[in-house]
Amino acid sequence: MKKKSSGSLALVQRLALAPYSVWAVLFIVVPLIFVAYYAFTDLDFHFTTDNITRFFTATSVISDEAGEREVHTYVLIFLRSLKLAAISTVICLLFGYPFAYLISKASARTQSVLITLIMIPMWMNFLIRTYAWMTILQDTGLLNGLLDALGLGRIHIIGTESAVVIGMVYDYFPYMILPIYSVMAKMDVKLIEAARDLGCNPAGVLRRVIWPLSLPGVISGVTMVLIPSISTFYISQKLGNGKFYLIGDAIEGQYVANNLHFAAAIAFILMVILLFGMAFMQRFANKRAAV
Amino acid sequence: MMKRLLSVLLAAVMLFALCALSGCGSSKTLTLNVYNWGEYISDGSEGSLDTIKAFEKWYAETYGEKIKVNYTTYASNEDMYAKLASGAVSYDVIIPSDYMIARLASENMLLPLDFTNIPNYEYIGEDFRGLYYDPDNVYSVPYTYGVVGVIYNAAVVDEADAGGWDLMWNEKYKGQIVQFNNSRDAFATAMYKLDIDVNTDDHAEWERALAELKAQAPLVKSYVMDEIYNMMESGEAAVGAYYAGDYFTMLDAQAENVDLRFYYPERTNYFFDAMCIPSCCQHKELAEIFINYMLSEEPAIANAEYIYYASPNSLVYESEEYREELGEEAMELLYPGIDDFRERYNELAYRNLDPETLSFVNTLWESLKIG
Amino acid sequence: MKTASKIYTGLVMLFLFAPIAILLVFSFNASKSLSVFSGFSLHWYSELLRDSETLSAVRNTLVLAVSAALISTVMGTAAAVGIHKLKNRYLRAAMDSVTNIPMINPDIITGISLMLMFVFVGRLFGAATSLNFATMLIAHITFCLPYVILQVLPKLQQMDKSLPEAAMDLGCTPMRAFLKVEVPEIMPGIVTGLIMAFTLSLDDFVISYFTAGNGFQTLPIRIYNMTKKTVTPKMYALATIIFFVILFLLLLSNLTDADTVQAVRTAREKKRARKNA
Repeated sequence: MKKKSSGSLALVQRLALAPYSVWAVLFIVVPLIFVAYYAFTDLDFHFTTDNITRFFTATSVISDEAGEREVHTYVLIFLRSLKLAAISTVICLLFGYPFAYLISKASARTQSVLITLIMIPMWMNFLIRTYAWMTILQDTGLLNGLLDALGLGRIHIIGTESAVVIGMVYDYFPYMILPIYSVMAKMDVKLIEAARDLGCNPAGVLRRVIWPLSLPGVISGVTMVLIPSISTFYISQKLGNGKFYLIGDAIEGQYVANNLHFAAAIAFILMVILLFGMAFMQRFANKRAAV
Repeated sequence: MMKRLLSVLLAAVMLFALCALSGCGSSKTLTLNVYNWGEYISDGSEGSLDTIKAFEKWYAETYGEKIKVNYTTYASNEDMYAKLASGAVSYDVIIPSDYMIARLASENMLLPLDFTNIPNYEYIGEDFRGLYYDPDNVYSVPYTYGVVGVIYNAAVVDEADAGGWDLMWNEKYKGQIVQFNNSRDAFATAMYKLDIDVNTDDHAEWERALAELKAQAPLVKSYVMDEIYNMMESGEAAVGAYYAGDYFTMLDAQAENVDLRFYYPERTNYFFDAMCIPSCCQHKELAEIFINYMLSEEPAIANAEYIYYASPNSLVYESEEYREELGEEAMELLYPGIDDFRERYNELAYRNLDPETLSFVNTLWESLKIG
Repeated sequence: MKTASKIYTGLVMLFLFAPIAILLVFSFNASKSLSVFSGFSLHWYSELLRDSETLSAVRNTLVLAVSAALISTVMGTAAAVGIHKLKNRYLRAAMDSVTNIPMINPDIITGISLMLMFVFVGRLFGAATSLNFATMLIAHITFCLPYVILQVLPKLQQMDKSLPEAAMDLGCTPMRAFLKVEVPEIMPGIVTGLIMAFTLSLDDFVISYFTAGNGFQTLPIRIYNMTKKTVTPKMYALATIIFFVILFLLLLSNLTDADTVQAVRTAREKKRARKNA
């Protein structure tokens, strides 16, 4: 009797997975196959690798301080996106990590208040938040007004890489803090005390105890900032003065130009690179955690 | 804390949603899907007419049947085309620009209109019929038209420099010039400047225009669409091209030390946006009734006043009330009273480019934007 | 040290709330400008209340976010229970990888991929409109699901396995044991998942942009489509109202919140699962 009922519970619980399994296949796996299908076909849905080759071979001439030179259009766009996203991620980590630590050390009530405060901006519309940054950063904007009033001179920031990075950092900062904080919040204080008792200085405690223990949080934080930063197209349009064409802009541009197959090809390549990159990072993290 | 917050919020929202949904409980209601540019219809702000609401009311009173207009918007002709061409949507009325109408018509994506359902078409001025994009008046009813001009801040820009497209390439205003952030309009500024046909399929000519844009790039502060309003109003930028009526919106909000002026270069873009019925339409007659309603006096005037572009509707441009509301300066600017309007328009307007040229231009545009 | 951390916290908050302060100030602007303040006025608030298009976009956004959050929470919780019971290592690994895909994939790819599929399938069946509210809802549920699962799964792993068995020994039916014993145990994870799903759906623009279709427009899409004309301070007024509604609810819940420890536990547990991301 007992056996049977617990057996049927197990069955029910396994059946609970059924809707999600169907859903995941239909709406996660199959759409990705469609991306691949469009990426490898032409307008008449005949097989072609042209879209993929175009990504790697298309060139254009750009001129800068170093004079005129020929570049690979989409490779350059991708590398630029990667660079800006990487910078944003590092900044988020540098500022978010200590902040997450601070929160985790605060009193219980303060912790919940701070976490809520961090989440509030996420409830305001993303487009509107970015728009407001234009008002702050532009040459005649509030930041420059403030600097001027303080007699510090003006800075030109809107339309530079810095402005795009600020936008990315702002929009994705909470995504860095939250996972790191969650790991730190349940970190065993005794471990830190033990390390101290054994003669570790604060730097040593951080390097040998806190950092390795918080690594899983860091990995997911990095993922959650890096991924959306790479593919954004609104931030670069608004804060980059339309001068920083990123991989997200390229995909959106091709979609709007109704080149669905090439848009899919760019998406496909981006996806493959990211999936491999993330798998690699995960493996690296697992190894570190194991050591 | 978050948990409580959410449970309260969720409860509130659900209640709200339930109320909202119960409103459209009766399945008898007809629906009409209208797809228009963002901010391109009088929506009841500033005490103006809420066109969509008014139509729904008028329809119910006239035909004794309820109608619900599903009004949605797009950001550009190309955005609209991408949705339409996907075949995944069904709209009853769309309002694309001229060159897009030509493209849709050539791809059999428009339905011929039944003008017996659109008697108000008689109010469309003679000048505005049979233009190149719809030479036989089959597919479209013009909604607005306009001319692209140059806006500049007279507090910064020397009057002597104003007048042509050269102002947008003037080294003196380096870092204060804004250029369109859409390929067609941006290329056109260079092409009008260089006296190139904006509809050429000669790749070399497009490359020449690209070179001109690249030469301009170091002077350009920003590639803009809606951002131009803030930039011109605050004095952030001093020179930029945009659509005529929008200049007045900026003028209304300009900062104290800013003095915005406007002029038309000799060769510039003339555009029409017109109401059409796409082939995916499901209520053609309703759509025609809607188009007809849009041409009637009250909504037509309200829309013209809201959008601030010129109207091809004689009920509008001959209306004393409308002329007074706009004022003399705006009337002169919006309706430059060009004698050879039709010829100018047909010469200077954008036309549909063949797919190969389109894709080439798109590639050139990308190469400008990565530079 | 204490002062230093207070200053640091202050700076971070300044950074996070600076643009929100801007929204707040310019929502009271007398003119239409978002960068030149020309005087105090409540004009945009009254305009907002009269703007039926925006109000219906707000309604749509909320309807979508609530539906997506509820459905993905129910399905995701069930899925977590199922995944937790999976014994087969390879099946488990496959499930984990699939769940990770929407989180590792940029939303632009999720959006495009779903759009391509909807359009293709729609054409196959000759449907007149294959992009509509339903497809948007499917898309939102899809990208919310992994977040729910990753909140609930760790709760299940922490749970004492003997609990449901004990309940059944005491005569509970399996279903009753699950509902009465397991569900309360994993509740914090479920609630956090719900919050995350709601937040993500509310703020999403990119996926909606690609999967939006007939007659259903959310707020982010409406704002994006103002591209040719100017974004009005009406939108700032709307953001300000949202801000104060949240603030009000927060204060309310804070005042009635006797059990702070519980709140912190929730906050803690909420974040914990994300490390698995």
